[in-house]
Amino acid sequence: MFTPEMLESIKKVEATRAERMGMEPRRMTAEEKDALLKQYHPDYREEGFAEIKIGPNAGQKAPAELTALLHSNSRLLGKKIDLNKIDYDVDVLVIGGGGAGASAAIEAHEAGANVMIVTKLRIGDANTMMAEGGIQAADKENDSPMQHYLDAFGGGHFAARPELLRRLVMEAPDAIQWLNRLGVMFDKDETGRMVTTHGGGTSRKRMHACKDYSGAEIMRTLRDEVLNRKIPVVEFTSAVELLKDEKGQAAGAVLLNMETDDYLVARAKTVIIATGGAGRLHYQNFPTSNHYGATADGLILGYRAGAPLLYQDTIQYHPTGVAYPSQIFGALVTEKVRSLGAMLVNAEGEAFMHPLETRDVAAASIIRECTDRGKGVTTPIGSGVWLDTPMIELIGGEGTIEKRIPAMLRMYLNYDIDMRKQPILVYPTLHYQNGGLEIGGDGFTKVIGNLLVAGEAVGGIHGRNRLMGNSLLDIIVFGRNAGKAAAAKAKEVELGALTLKHIEDYAKELESSGVHTDGVSPLLLPNYARHER
Amino acid sequence: MEKMVDVYFFGKKYSVPASLTIMTAMEYAGYTLKRGCGCRHGFCGACATIYRIKGKNELKTCLACQTQVEDGMYVASIPFFPTDKRTYEIGDLRPDQRVMMELYPEIYSCIGCNACTKACTQNLNVMQYIAYAQRGEFEKCAEESFDCVGCGCCSVRCPAGISHPMVGLLARRLTGKYIAPEAEHLNRRVEEIHAGQYDELIEQIMQKPIEEMQELYNNREIEK
Repeated sequence: MFTPEMLESIKKVEATRAERMGMEPRRMTAEEKDALLKQYHPDYREEGFAEIKIGPNAGQKAPAELTALLHSNSRLLGKKIDLNKIDYDVDVLVIGGGGAGASAAIEAHEAGANVMIVTKLRIGDANTMMAEGGIQAADKENDSPMQHYLDAFGGGHFAARPELLRRLVMEAPDAIQWLNRLGVMFDKDETGRMVTTHGGGTSRKRMHACKDYSGAEIMRTLRDEVLNRKIPVVEFTSAVELLKDEKGQAAGAVLLNMETDDYLVARAKTVIIATGGAGRLHYQNFPTSNHYGATADGLILGYRAGAPLLYQDTIQYHPTGVAYPSQIFGALVTEKVRSLGAMLVNAEGEAFMHPLETRDVAAASIIRECTDRGKGVTTPIGSGVWLDTPMIELIGGEGTIEKRIPAMLRMYLNYDIDMRKQPILVYPTLHYQNGGLEIGGDGFTKVIGNLLVAGEAVGGIHGRNRLMGNSLLDIIVFGRNAGKAAAAKAKEVELGALTLKHIEDYAKELESSGVHTDGVSPLLLPNYARHER
Repeated sequence: MEKMVDVYFFGKKYSVPASLTIMTAMEYAGYTLKRGCGCRHGFCGACATIYRIKGKNELKTCLACQTQVEDGMYVASIPFFPTDKRTYEIGDLRPDQRVMMELYPEIYSCIGCNACTKACTQNLNVMQYIAYAQRGEFEKCAEESFDCVGCGCCSVRCPAGISHPMVGLLARRLTGKYIAPEAEHLNRRVEEIHAGQYDELIEQIMQKPIEEMQELYNNREIEK
């Protein structure tokens, strides 16, 4: 149900559609992209960032909301937790129940380790579940791991860590095969050939999908496998601090039962942080496509224990979040909508850019259209541009939307918008944390020899921007590797006495750096409850 | 002034803006959600909710994150439902009718009341996919159940105690693993990589100076 002004603008979109059908908008040059990003991408807005004062990344900047959490103290500071009372004692502790955590747990279990998952919501309540568009792998004849590497490296502004990116692209086909053999239903033709499309910034069609429930299909299969293996999953229980031993090794975590507020101690020979992203911190007041628990907890835990961050100042704003209606504001409109042929069109009906530029470029371009160029469509809570979805039916034939992107169709039909007949309004939404904790190619943090990180909590795999379909891929590739590596490492780790001394040291360092704080972190859940008093 | 409506969370009345979803209205009312809130965008099934509009007889089910509040709405969220998932080793199964008989025999107790379909928050034809499962038509069951988010509203309403989402999930895994033909190009590529066919080439590209990579990237050919 669009407003009268929107309906007027839709007429302009319809008027130019036939002409636009026959053309492909020009792609921007490298120089044009650089200039656009500097002027319009939120990563370049200095007021959105604050300097980190302590720890391994002291002197660098991070989103202000993340810095505030890094400048907060542990909720365990000054609390007496009896570390001699061990509630769980395992080889491998996986913190986080998304795609990376589940993959890690399955592989650790496969390797014979005693592994458990702890998660503050339910297993599967994760960004993995919401990934719609697909997963990349260079498995077609005209493609290669090198081509995949080139696309991802360039798309990430040549900043990815080569040893991580190599692993991502080289192990991609294997990841798809592993998922397929677990029973994930990829889109295939009748001969079994994968149906693959482009994503923004890909030079080959290597996006594999499961309609537009790609992440959900992967996540529910992994969850099922975790449960079949009877791997213990402790839900509604968050890790609030890493434990160390007197040798400086990671030694498990202190857990908080979210419902009873009781603390628990989990001792582990290796720990995998798989806590995901940070969208619910709403950097620069952006809405987010992320799940409820995306509050960067693992980054805080790891940093407080001494592990450095990498590229913590680069955030991905997905160009096409829902701009209207307000009930689904910020929800993801999968990039696959553009892969299938929908163009980005401004209020005047002009295709103002190539629809498959990389995400950072597309987001910046939409922001430019809605600000300086004044060609956005006004909504009750902001503005947006059109994503001309009826083009998909014209290009792919009637029924393409229902078959290929049923979740999108359903989401809009809930609000009486039929995207087969009318275009939809989009604006960038906070989508992905490009940065995170730094790891080596084997998945271990570089300063704590038995602490691993996997999934969105890792920084450096993608550089300073990530291509569509490389995140579902990275949680599988790096999740599996972390599980295997943690299981192997656990055999040689000898733990000493447990300690939380590092949180006291952290508090002292904050104080001596002039950061006086009442704040407590990790956040665990966003503060959405409205209280009148 | 924004339009307000009266809604009842667990029987208690709150006045909330009419534009909100059930989930955001609960937060507006002061709730900090722990259970009953997951992805917030209709994919995870955490926020299964049951409601009735005051004065109407019909009991409705929905996802709290995808449903706008209405005046006179009596709302109860379902924090957990004991869906019965059976465990199995997927590698030991075969996609024949026996599998369902052994793992989910209660599907044959379906009385055809269609309460599951009426309860589905995704508007799926749940009873139909259970019928496919009964007949061992796993591919059809998989297709029909594909958009299931596992909220469990169907199971809440089922007089036969069927755990529908689990049946659909099993059918999809059987279809993905056994019924859909293998992707030959994928298996070939995996073999090539394992045989080391790309090791040297990937090493070469990793070693290239940034300027050369920029050149390659900016001039790469893009498949039409």
